[in-house]
Amino acid sequence: SKTKESVFSKLTRAVAGKSKVDDEVLDNLEEVLITSDVGVETTLRIIERIEKRVAQDKYVNTSELNGILKQEIAGLLAENNSDTPIDFDAELPTTPYVIMVVGVNGVGKTTTIGKLAHQFTKAGKKVYLGAADTFRAAAVDQLVIWGERAGVPVIKQKMGADPASVAYDTIASAKANNADVVIIDTAGRLHNKINLMNELTKIKNVMQKVVPSAPNEVLLVLDGSTGQNAFEQAKQFTKATDVTALAITKLDGTAKGGVVIGISDQFKIPVKYIGLGEGMEHLQVFDKDRFVETLFE
Amino acid sequence: MFESLSERLERSFKILKGEGKISEINVAETLKDVRKALLDADVNFKIAKTFTDTVKEKAIGQNVLTSLKPNQLMVKIVHDELAQLMGGASVDINLKGSPTVILMSGLQGSGKTTFSGKLANLLKTKRSKNPLLVACDVYRPAAIEQLKVLGEQLGVPVYSDLESKNPVSIAEAAIKHAKLHGNDVVIVDTAGRLAVDEAMMNEIAAIKKAINPQEILFVVDSMTGQDAVNTAKEFNDRLDFDGVILTKLDGDTRGGAALSIRSVVNKPIKFVGTGEKMDALDVFYPERMADRILGMGDIVSLVERA
Ligand SMILES: Nc1nc2c(ncn2[C@@H]2O[C@H](COP(=O)(O)OP(=O)(O)OP(=O)(O)O)[C@@H](O)[C@H]2O)c(=O)[nH]1
Ligand SMILES: Nc1nc2c(ncn2[C@@H]2O[C@H](COP(=O)(O)OP(=O)(O)OP(=O)(O)O)[C@@H](O)[C@H]2O)c(=O)[nH]1
Ligand SMILES: [Mg+2]
Ligand SMILES: [Mg+2]
Repeated sequence: SKTKESVFSKLTRAVAGKSKVDDEVLDNLEEVLITSDVGVETTLRIIERIEKRVAQDKYVNTSELNGILKQEIAGLLAENNSDTPIDFDAELPTTPYVIMVVGVNGVGKTTTIGKLAHQFTKAGKKVYLGAADTFRAAAVDQLVIWGERAGVPVIKQKMGADPASVAYDTIASAKANNADVVIIDTAGRLHNKINLMNELTKIKNVMQKVVPSAPNEVLLVLDGSTGQNAFEQAKQFTKATDVTALAITKLDGTAKGGVVIGISDQFKIPVKYIGLGEGMEHLQVFDKDRFVETLFE
Repeated sequence: MFESLSERLERSFKILKGEGKISEINVAETLKDVRKALLDADVNFKIAKTFTDTVKEKAIGQNVLTSLKPNQLMVKIVHDELAQLMGGASVDINLKGSPTVILMSGLQGSGKTTFSGKLANLLKTKRSKNPLLVACDVYRPAAIEQLKVLGEQLGVPVYSDLESKNPVSIAEAAIKHAKLHGNDVVIVDTAGRLAVDEAMMNEIAAIKKAINPQEILFVVDSMTGQDAVNTAKEFNDRLDFDGVILTKLDGDTRGGAALSIRSVVNKPIKFVGTGEKMDALDVFYPERMADRILGMGDIVSLVERA
């Protein structure tokens, strides 16, 4: 957006021709990072790291500072776990490979599941979806439509049914039909609601009765426009379900999603996917360097 | 991860303690902490800066009243300024017009459909109205079904047209329908859209033009970060909306976006959403929101201990 561009050009101007990182540069850097939702704490950490690097490397020009900056920020983003497939084409470590999708209300869980189903199917994998959001109005219908779009079966029960039982049915059915990937949708819930968080733990435990290693992946979906509250979301969902990966949605808007930098660093959870729209194709595998690049666009 | 606000202020209050007058020097540390608290609460970067500048101006040179210590005075200044920015008395929804037409707007997933249901329920049960819900989201899978389920739960009729892909004509037809069927309020639910999506912003501007609503409400997720100002400004530039609905306040977000939006568009926050159920709706209290953003609960008790 225009505002972000002008911030970056200010940053470049402030750095130009200077031999050290002075207050003006740091102020501008602070503005870029804070307005991208990186948060005060992580911003201060980044600035500290830059100052250290600059003192060590005796940087001279703008392009070098930009390079250092991007490296240092990318360095805070956790590496993908080696035992989870990075790509849709990659071979799965086990089948059925069970992905449980969790997150607060309205972040884009169901949509991300629809997109994932499409991508895995395109890559030749047999996918099953489980409609374990039996609470929100028309949540099951929504997932069924996504199932039709992607051409994959959706296992469901009535609204109000026990979500753990839906998850159980789905995995049992997927296993019986030799599916490669199972993705379980869950109802949105705010992380400060203890009963609802306990329900997630229960859903997770029930899955293991069919596939002992399940869920092989717990994907926490974060809305890219969320501010500092995303920290608490990551913390509480991790506590309840041992989150293994993050998806950040709605990055086709003007929000930058910078809060994931601190989250990824602190909880060592890699970002795996980003959502860039409402269509079936609007999902990308996360690319660290490109993500950092867009913070300064 | 974050040092709590009370810890931070306790530290800076030590500096203020014992001084009779608030000066540039003794106020600096406190302001830094206030600014950090605002940023941690997702108040926009620029607005946090303006806010602390204003507080500084108001604070410097003030003689500390005999009844107040300097730190207490600072807290009072910060709190009053924040509450004032959040707006005075709560503003009710405009129910003039026959029928009254209310249009929802906002980003994807902010809570428009849920709030449409809550509002219909409130108007029906507390204000003896006979509302009609209108399903103008022709894009999101099962969006129409979602509104229908809510309508059924509430005993409120829902107007929809599964054949049409044109929200403008659906909205127009719904108003005719309301006039024929004696519905005195028409609540138009729309698809979520990004402010940068030209086609979708044109669409909602066209809906506005066609149905001339008494109330256009901007529905926003209270967990929104720094982008809240951009989005609110864009929607307001296009729609000149009448009020803001802040959703999902049953979470633990500080909700600084509320302050940012208030400052940027200067429109009242009319309701807050406090849950997924149809009665989880509250009117907006500026003082409470001010307290929440700054974690004022902590600060007030801190001052009492001081
Ligand atoms: N622009 C954009 N919109 C998205 C993206 N991902 C999801 N959405 C939209 O966000 C809204 C909410 O998405 P859902 O998939 O229903 O979210 P959810 O987390 O399943 O919601 P609940 O089940 O109600 O908690 C829908 O309007 C989606 O179309 C994205 O990457 N970009
Ligand atoms: N906890 C809580 N959840 C809410 C609140 N308001 C809405 N929700 C939930 O947030 C999610 C999204 O709400 P919707 O009403 O579908 O949002 P929307 O703006 O219509 O979404 P789109 O039509 O996809 O743009 C759902 O899971 C709702 O149940 C609230 O005040 N508190
Ligand atoms: Mg969902
Ligand atoms: Mg909706």
